[in-house]
Amino acid sequence: MDTAFLPPELLRMLIAALFVVTVVFVNALFMVYAERKIAGHIQRRPGPYEVGWHGILQTLVDGIKLMTKELVIPRDANRMLFRVAPLLAFTPVVMPFLVLPFSENLTIIDMNIGLIFILAMASLNVMAILVAGWSSNNKYGLFGAMRSVAQNIAYEIPILLSLLSVVLITNSFSMRTIVEAQISGLWFCLLQPLAFIIYLIAALAETNRAPFDMPEAESELTAGFHTEYSGMGFGLFFLGEYTNMFIVSSVAVAVFLGGWSGLPLPMDAWTGAFWFLLKVYILMFIMIWVRWTYPRVRFDQLMNLSWKYLIPFALLNLIVTAVIVKL
Amino acid sequence: MKTEAFKDESRHRFLLNMGPQHPATHGVLRLVLEMDGEYVVHLDPVLGYGHRMHEKMAEARPWPSFLPNTARMDYLAALPYNHGYVCLIEKLAGVEVPRRAECIRVATSELNRVASHLLWLGAFLLDLGAFTPILYGFDDREQILDILEDITGSRLTYSYFRVGGVYRDVDDRFVENTRVFIKRMRKRLDIYNKLVTDNIIFIKRTEGIGVISPEMARRYGVTGANLRGSGIAYDIRKTEPYSIYPELDFEIPVGSRGDCFDRYLVRIKEIEQSLRIIEQALDMLPEGEFRGKAPKKIKLPPRAASFAVEAARGELVYFMVGQDSDVPYRLKVRVPSYANLSLIAELCQGMLIADLVSVMGSLDLVIPEIDR
Repeated sequence: MDTAFLPPELLRMLIAALFVVTVVFVNALFMVYAERKIAGHIQRRPGPYEVGWHGILQTLVDGIKLMTKELVIPRDANRMLFRVAPLLAFTPVVMPFLVLPFSENLTIIDMNIGLIFILAMASLNVMAILVAGWSSNNKYGLFGAMRSVAQNIAYEIPILLSLLSVVLITNSFSMRTIVEAQISGLWFCLLQPLAFIIYLIAALAETNRAPFDMPEAESELTAGFHTEYSGMGFGLFFLGEYTNMFIVSSVAVAVFLGGWSGLPLPMDAWTGAFWFLLKVYILMFIMIWVRWTYPRVRFDQLMNLSWKYLIPFALLNLIVTAVIVKL
Repeated sequence: MKTEAFKDESRHRFLLNMGPQHPATHGVLRLVLEMDGEYVVHLDPVLGYGHRMHEKMAEARPWPSFLPNTARMDYLAALPYNHGYVCLIEKLAGVEVPRRAECIRVATSELNRVASHLLWLGAFLLDLGAFTPILYGFDDREQILDILEDITGSRLTYSYFRVGGVYRDVDDRFVENTRVFIKRMRKRLDIYNKLVTDNIIFIKRTEGIGVISPEMARRYGVTGANLRGSGIAYDIRKTEPYSIYPELDFEIPVGSRGDCFDRYLVRIKEIEQSLRIIEQALDMLPEGEFRGKAPKKIKLPPRAASFAVEAARGELVYFMVGQDSDVPYRLKVRVPSYANLSLIAELCQGMLIADLVSVMGSLDLVIPEIDR
């Protein structure tokens, strides 16, 4: 077939879209399986074991089950918003893939405001949770939604502040420039250890993962904002959560852990993605590990942690960085 | 409901229905909460979803047929319930119990208490959002259930004690397995302490939360670890000793502040003490009869009697009136959880919903025991 009439930009976009969707779904499939398996071993049980070799197909089967289930909409729910909310949760977490620098050549677009773009998209997530909790006409759902709004506002600030201190050093919001600065110099987790720690803690809260899983705190709010969701409505929230984990870990890797740099591999410009993904999955493993070890903090303690400790320290770090850079 | 009252208030309040199907109410407790944002303004426990008329059933059948019912009230620690019931009949009918049977009763009851506390530990931490400890607790509890299944034939709702003794003798395997378990459990307690007791999030979630003052505990008739957490060393095994407890060397752990953390510590220490008791009971296990010569048919004399034992959740009292037949005229069971629940309305006023969950977990309620 003659494809010459297709503008090359459109082709690029199609390939990029396919790539992103594939990564999102494969990552979610893999992560759900990994989470259940790791949780199992932490809890002295085998985890999924029945479907496929060591239960490897379990997530696939669960996904099919979710897709075939009915989306039950409660009476008196706002039907339109109720249907829109899962899509709202899913769309923004896909967008940051456009600017993630997997390797030197494996970057879809190198935007000069890449980092800001990711943060902007990440902050849309809270809208979805708010809409979901509000529209389902359920008090537990509303509780979850309200908590989520307060929590995400509180934790976006330390995330932004900690990332800004790196931006001050690199003088650029472009993800690629930030990674390249680390390849020629030190990794920023060594230059900015405080910012790195603050980012990690805030990222846990930003993705609503335990011990900061306030919006869905099971023992308090049954399932929080997605109490009323069934079938793929719930599935999309779930997918969104795992993709979000991937995004925050990727940002941490790109900004603090040297991106695609690692031991030299053949065809470095492409295969650097191996190091990138390895670091991302190590971070995600730590997130899973934390979830299955610690109890949940209380909501006011969560807010105190951000407003009283993380934000002042991040601010201090930013100011000190600014002064040193200026000198 | 108090809809009228809360319409008049200047701040907007709303009703939140927690339970009977809610992950934190463990069983079929329903709480109607009047909320102001995340704060609980007023709280009404609604009971009766698991009501099975146990007390009425006791009036309608010969007393031996009621024994299995006793195990179905507090299904997490059924043996003390067996114990109280058979002791009451023995008291009414004046039956002697051989010493070997007493030792077996105490050892198995304490094993059951440890199992119950382990399950509580897991469920409490689950309420606080830690998912892993419950599976560790279940792992240890499983060992106890296996040991008890070997000798009693059931895993949860035991009907093992009989008037004048126990249903079946224990063998060397029981003694051996129990000793292995005690050794294992002591090591595991260290793990629990490392994983939970020193955890900063856990301490922050429990310290100073849900403080029951000794005065308040007395007023509501709170018993068990909840009372001892408030610093009152009241334990039926010491204050009104029964069976072979007077001969045993063990301590009553008490707390000082009466908060959730103290109740947690008291229960963890009680596991240690129970292990000591089991060891001693096994050491003094004499050879001989495991069931005394009780008459085949006992007519309950027409007078009232009561008997109290220390169940896993507190003071359990059976009160029975006979009527010169083998069917009792009346049986009243005083269960610890009922009193322990009754204070929750006063205790949780103005509390965050997250703390309410923490307090409920720390009280160790078993709802079918309350409903009966």
